[in-house]
Amino acid sequence: MQPFSTTIGQPNALSITLFFAFVALTLVITYFAAKRSKTASDFYAAGRSVTGFQNGLALAGDYMSAASFLGIAGLVSLKGYDGLIYSIGFLVGWPIVLFLIAEPLRNLGKYTFADVVAYRLRQKPVRIAASVGSLTTVAFYLIAQMVGSGSLVKLMFGLPYELAVIIVGAIMIAYVLFGGMLATTWVQIIKAVLLLSGATVMVFLVLAHFGFNPGRMFSAAAARYGDGVLAPGGLVANPLDAVSLGIALMFGTAGLPHILMRFYTVPDAKAARKSVFYATGLIGYFYILTFIIGFGAMVLVGQDIITRIDKGGNMAALLLAEATGGTVFLGFIAAVAFATILAVVAGLTLAGATTFAHDLYVNVFAAGRATETQEIKVAKRATLALGVLAIGLGIAFKGQNVAFMVGLAFAIAASANFPALLMSILWQRFSTFGATLSIATGALTATTLIILSPTVWVDVLGNPSAIFAWKNPALISMPAAFLAGWLGSLLRPEEEAEKKFAMLKVRNYLSVGAE
Amino acid sequence: MISVTNVLQKAKFLELVRRKWTISLILTAAILAIYFGFVLVLAFGKQLLMAKIGAHMTLGILVGLGVILAAWVLTGIYVVWANTSYDKAVSEILAEEQE
Repeated sequence: MQPFSTTIGQPNALSITLFFAFVALTLVITYFAAKRSKTASDFYAAGRSVTGFQNGLALAGDYMSAASFLGIAGLVSLKGYDGLIYSIGFLVGWPIVLFLIAEPLRNLGKYTFADVVAYRLRQKPVRIAASVGSLTTVAFYLIAQMVGSGSLVKLMFGLPYELAVIIVGAIMIAYVLFGGMLATTWVQIIKAVLLLSGATVMVFLVLAHFGFNPGRMFSAAAARYGDGVLAPGGLVANPLDAVSLGIALMFGTAGLPHILMRFYTVPDAKAARKSVFYATGLIGYFYILTFIIGFGAMVLVGQDIITRIDKGGNMAALLLAEATGGTVFLGFIAAVAFATILAVVAGLTLAGATTFAHDLYVNVFAAGRATETQEIKVAKRATLALGVLAIGLGIAFKGQNVAFMVGLAFAIAASANFPALLMSILWQRFSTFGATLSIATGALTATTLIILSPTVWVDVLGNPSAIFAWKNPALISMPAAFLAGWLGSLLRPEEEAEKKFAMLKVRNYLSVGAE
Repeated sequence: MISVTNVLQKAKFLELVRRKWTISLILTAAILAIYFGFVLVLAFGKQLLMAKIGAHMTLGILVGLGVILAAWVLTGIYVVWANTSYDKAVSEILAEEQE
């Protein structure tokens, strides 16, 4: 075997320069965004000035995390076909977002999905429940991203873990705090364009090795690692577990607060619907690229070398960049991966801060009597607090197994957030008691079952066998949340809410009175 | 200003809502069937996906890419329908109300 050397893990002058160029550019954008950001609508929703295509890019940016880029490429490089199954699960939630959620959300709400749930219902209980659903989803997603970012930056540049987490946290706070949604959106757009073009160039370089015939690449992979890499392996061992994970991914996307919030940045429902079409296409294209990148790494780098650098395969895409485009291209892709981490955590932090300020402070503590200036002040304080907390949690969870947290975030989103949102749009008799009961049931069932499942009970807590057999609880927790919403509404009906359904329908279907 | 009670009783509005949910639910059922059909084949019919297509491809790879493409095409179908048929019906209803 030929000797192998890589510059991964050493500070790469080019990638650091490129990374600082990205940060400088995005901070300039933040500066201009800060000058334009005055009202609450500016801070939370970019003044509703984002076009459908821009929002499609931003949605894709929010969804294409470093974990999905490096992680899925790595999974494909080690397991082959199974990596594709995994990414397909993440894509199929987007049509659901479009068919069921996007337009009603845009027409009925203002800044958060809780606006829609609370539209006809009593503000306080619904907002508190929805905030719990929202904040737990954001928190688990954010911890997973922060821990992932610390380890990735350490692997890529050899920076100490803590320093990496602090750098990511500090820059992300600057975007959100000063530039609000406008800056965060542009950071997402730039990052999405960089990531998509970087991955496209890499696929071009890979395919050039195989005479632009992907089939020859698959043949080379099968010749070296067996036909198994081209067909499903052990990922779908338990059909019910696989269906349960599928439910969480599909309906969870339609309950992720940082994704739902993006629909308020466009001027109307028409732009909202177009943005999902663009986002689905871009994300689908991205997953096809990562599939080819994974196979490219398997053949051109080799599984032995990939696992030697990182057991989980997370460095496969970077090793491939180095193998196909040398140190210069490696520097570019590493800088893009770092930018990706920043953009995703910024989106999550903004969603968390909005929940604190708009749902909890304005509508619960101040009972709707806060001025806009006060509201923005609280939102900015919440941003700072959440950013510092994210850094702290990132450091506290160093070296911990947090892989289950993304699954948990999706399970809670599908069980706590999505059922309440859908019922509030569709069902006239949905009541305050039904909504709070549904959200509480969804969140509690999902969390409890995940703790008892193999992912936490065995992998994290080290028990010999799990109490709940499936890795994902959504197949139970989502129907439980619907059932609780239905029962709660029948037990404590609400005449006032039923009357307001007429206004909701007109606003929902005709966009009359939408903000 | 449009009257809420007036609009809600209009046959055109009721028809609009009915059509919107017919389309939405058919497309939702389609993506659910495609995706969970794929998962079930993975669970029970793995051999099928291992079949070779040509010299280098497996059926599994084509089906996987097909699911991605189908998800995108379905969103496209919805957007085209909404941009033409739905939006037109909405502006007709609003125009009649303003008269």
